[in-house]
Amino acid sequence: MEEQKTDIGIDEQQEYLINMGPQHPSTHGVLRLLVSLKGEIVKNVEPHIGYIHRGIEKMCESITYPQIIHLTDRMDYLSAHINNEAVCLNIEKALEVDIPDRIKVIRTIMSELTRIQSHQLFWSTFGMDLGGLTCFFYGLRDREKILDIFEETCGSRMIVSYNCPGGLMYDIHPNFQERVKAFLKYFRKTLPEYDQLLTGNVIFRQRTEGIGRLSLKDAISFGVTGPTARASGFSCDVRIHEPYSAYDRVKFNEVLFNEGDTFHRYLVRMDEIRESMDIVEQLIDNIPEGPFAVKMKPVIKLPEGEYYQSVETARGELGVYIISDGNKNPYRVKFRSPNFVNLSALNMMTKDFKIADLVAISGSLDLIIPDIDR
Amino acid sequence: MPFNIYDFTSLTQWIDTGLRNAMSPFWTVVIEMLIVGVLILLFYAVIGLFLVYAERKVCAFMQNRLGPNRVGPFGMFQTIADLIKLLLVELVPIKNADKLLFNLAPFIVIIASFMAIAAIPFAKGLHAIDLNIGVFYIVAVSAMGVIGILLAGWSSNNKYSLIGAMRSGAQIVSYELSVGLSLITIVILAGSMQLSEIVMAQADGWFIFKGHIPAFIAFVIFLVASTAETNRGPFDLAEAESELTAGYHTEYSGIKFAFFFLAEYMNMFIVASIAATVFLGGWMPFHVGHWSGFNNIMDFIPPFIWYIAKTFFVIFLMMWFKWTFPRLRIDQLLTLEWKYLLPINLVNVLIMAFIVLMGWHF
Repeated sequence: MEEQKTDIGIDEQQEYLINMGPQHPSTHGVLRLLVSLKGEIVKNVEPHIGYIHRGIEKMCESITYPQIIHLTDRMDYLSAHINNEAVCLNIEKALEVDIPDRIKVIRTIMSELTRIQSHQLFWSTFGMDLGGLTCFFYGLRDREKILDIFEETCGSRMIVSYNCPGGLMYDIHPNFQERVKAFLKYFRKTLPEYDQLLTGNVIFRQRTEGIGRLSLKDAISFGVTGPTARASGFSCDVRIHEPYSAYDRVKFNEVLFNEGDTFHRYLVRMDEIRESMDIVEQLIDNIPEGPFAVKMKPVIKLPEGEYYQSVETARGELGVYIISDGNKNPYRVKFRSPNFVNLSALNMMTKDFKIADLVAISGSLDLIIPDIDR
Repeated sequence: MPFNIYDFTSLTQWIDTGLRNAMSPFWTVVIEMLIVGVLILLFYAVIGLFLVYAERKVCAFMQNRLGPNRVGPFGMFQTIADLIKLLLVELVPIKNADKLLFNLAPFIVIIASFMAIAAIPFAKGLHAIDLNIGVFYIVAVSAMGVIGILLAGWSSNNKYSLIGAMRSGAQIVSYELSVGLSLITIVILAGSMQLSEIVMAQADGWFIFKGHIPAFIAFVIFLVASTAETNRGPFDLAEAESELTAGYHTEYSGIKFAFFFLAEYMNMFIVASIAATVFLGGWMPFHVGHWSGFNNIMDFIPPFIWYIAKTFFVIFLMMWFKWTFPRLRIDQLLTLEWKYLLPINLVNVLIMAFIVLMGWHF
């Protein structure tokens, strides 16, 4: 610890440094936060990242376009399907392929199911960060049902790799619609349990209300997106502002709050679960007939140029930026990952709060470390 | 051998006279102390193991799980397997740790809980030492554990441990007041600090029913404060898994960790026993007014069973909140004590004193 070189100017007399991570229960992975504390009060948080850096962007330069999709699963593994979709949409846009409605609708349903399971896991781990261990099991109990649906249709539970350029890997399972409807019916009943266990709890409210306020101005200037920004009143939902897939044909509200504290970041996600359920409900009975994939060339080559597509993952805006020189490999790929940007606001939000609040705030950002490091 | 399940006095006296006839008074005392020591040690280990198992089962059922179910019937031997593992595991030496204090700390913690258990009346006549200041003794002795926790945090040479220990120190010292005051409320009602007399005074009704509302308030406060004092439940800031990894015992491994772990469960057992003894009538059966038939049936259940049932009821309550509530923050914890519990408690003591003075209690 003594040799730790940092550019934080800490007051040696009053403050001390503590390493939260890379192995720490509440960082949900291998994030390392170098925290300078004065007693219990957080004075500075310096995130040190790169412990799970795999060079995904660099790897993309040496593999073909369909292969890139499988790498994006490993970024934000809880929004795996949405990440895949982003790359596919970008490739399809570049090739100017017309995508049949059936594919769009199935992609949207899968994306929303992915969002629901991601927010369920957020709820579980957020409860756990605050010391309510029971939440974890309640959340996982319901998440399992979605993963079962994924398993049946995609063959894989979490890292689905269901998309391919031009459509989907395979058609949906015959049981898909029935099971999704059964799940919605079940989850509408169990979702109030989440509120009973956590949302209404006095201790929970005390721990989260007014903690880690992020103002609208700061949210915009830090480039924060997703539920974290929407809790501060920043209307940034890509699904609404630049609708892709089938989002232009469904009705749903963007959940917005103005308070910007930890509690409202939590509430946004809880309400988004309900919105996502509404979206799935609108689409599940109206899956049009048609092919599940468009026939593409065996070797996909993007025409020379730059392509960008952003989607709304469970954590914010994921941008996929591809520069192509006309080869079968991209010249350069850049992912604008929401977690990396959201993490940058952590220091400002935690200043002068207690160490226990640091855990609550970083929990409410819902960080996925592999997405930060890539 | 005069063995009576309803009254252990005759059994203990029989052993005592037998020993006194066989040897000198000095050796009698030595042998008796040895018997009591070994019995308490055994009891301590068995209850500790059982509580770990019970907690895992209770929390499993609250979390939609099955809990341990592989080792032995219903996984009953799981904790024994865990204990064997803890005994065999390597004790990791800590660099720059204060060796003496580091090794001493778990013993202080465990001795504190071990001493407290000696004064608890388990059944009529089953009482290692019946001090005339029993309540005071237990409160004093159980507060000693904080020294061990502070030492553990200080000597570990780990910042997480130190934060955990400091939190624990602030917490235990604060909540000690509430525990003491809520017990004083009942001591006023009972007019004695001797635990056996407190139990005997509840023969015609438990204090929680006899003492009107103040006794009930005192019970609730005692439950909250004692949960905090044992570093459990929503007040487990000293170990705060998600913040401080494991708090004051982060650096401990093997049997030393097991000592902390066991002491935590035994402290829970001790506070539950005190709650059962002081508020719920200890080993006294449940009696309702003049329903002699009902009372006779209740009398038929041995006192030891009554005592264990009440204690486990309180333990179950404590497990229930642990697995339901999120954790408090340190400043909220201290606010709860100093701004709410302590004033309520002081007023409560006054009201109780007034009620006793006017003779309004049952």
